[in-house]
Amino acid sequence: MSEELRSDKVMDLKGLPCPMPVVKVSKGIKEVEIGQVVEAVTSDPGALADFPAWARTSGNEILKTEQSDGVIKFYIKRNA
Amino acid sequence: MAENLVKKADGFEQPGQNIGRFEEIDKKVAELQAQIESLSRETPENKLSIIAFSGDLDKALASLIIATGAVAMGMDVVMFFTFWGTPLLRDGKKKVRGKDIMGKMFGKMLPKGAGKPKLSKMNMGGMGTAMMKSLMEKKNVASLEELLNLAGELGVRIFICEMSMDLMGFKREEMVDYPGLSYAGVATFLEEAKNSKVQLFI
Repeated sequence: MSEELRSDKVMDLKGLPCPMPVVKVSKGIKEVEIGQVVEAVTSDPGALADFPAWARTSGNEILKTEQSDGVIKFYIKRNA
Repeated sequence: MAENLVKKADGFEQPGQNIGRFEEIDKKVAELQAQIESLSRETPENKLSIIAFSGDLDKALASLIIATGAVAMGMDVVMFFTFWGTPLLRDGKKKVRGKDIMGKMFGKMLPKGAGKPKLSKMNMGGMGTAMMKSLMEKKNVASLEELLNLAGELGVRIFICEMSMDLMGFKREEMVDYPGLSYAGVATFLEEAKNSKVQLFI
């Protein structure tokens, strides 16, 4: 039913605590084109609040959030 | 429509009155322009200014985490290291000569670099700090040195308080190699802080 999201870049941020996930994803997203999607995987529970806050502030868009086994996966579209 | 035309025609018949009006409008526009200019001068930029006052490990960690996080959020970041924060920017490997006795004393007693500060609480003669550091390593939390390097990579600008340097007898030659590191006073900080949306004193 739901279309599988395709990502243009995968970032493994597992095991990294604050502030690294957000710092790294803000760098990583600059490496894809505007409109492309970064898939960021983190084990930091704080990211559930931090990634949306970062996306709102930096003008990017979280398309989807998946959670499983202590791992959170974000699909982020570069808009800015 | 026809009424408008009549009005317009009326206007042309009284050119003197119109010129007066235009002058008035010109004046108003100039006033508004001046106001807009002063408003945009006064509007804070998307910038964070931090005074890194504390030389404690925990507080310095907090200020560097906020600084690097702010860059990730797209903010311009400026840090001012002053008083007890100043010695955190010394380079442990650099040696300087020619300090007076007080300078030597301060030099010995204060942490030499970002690897040296202690916790503000639960230091317990260094044991607490050592435990915290090993815990941080185990949990993958970036050390103060790592965060400082990261801040440099991310373009966080750092100013060191000139007066603290002088007071504690530090010399520029013993400070870390940080990109664009510069020395300044209160006016430089206030100019930056005044134009920042967020200002912190840590």
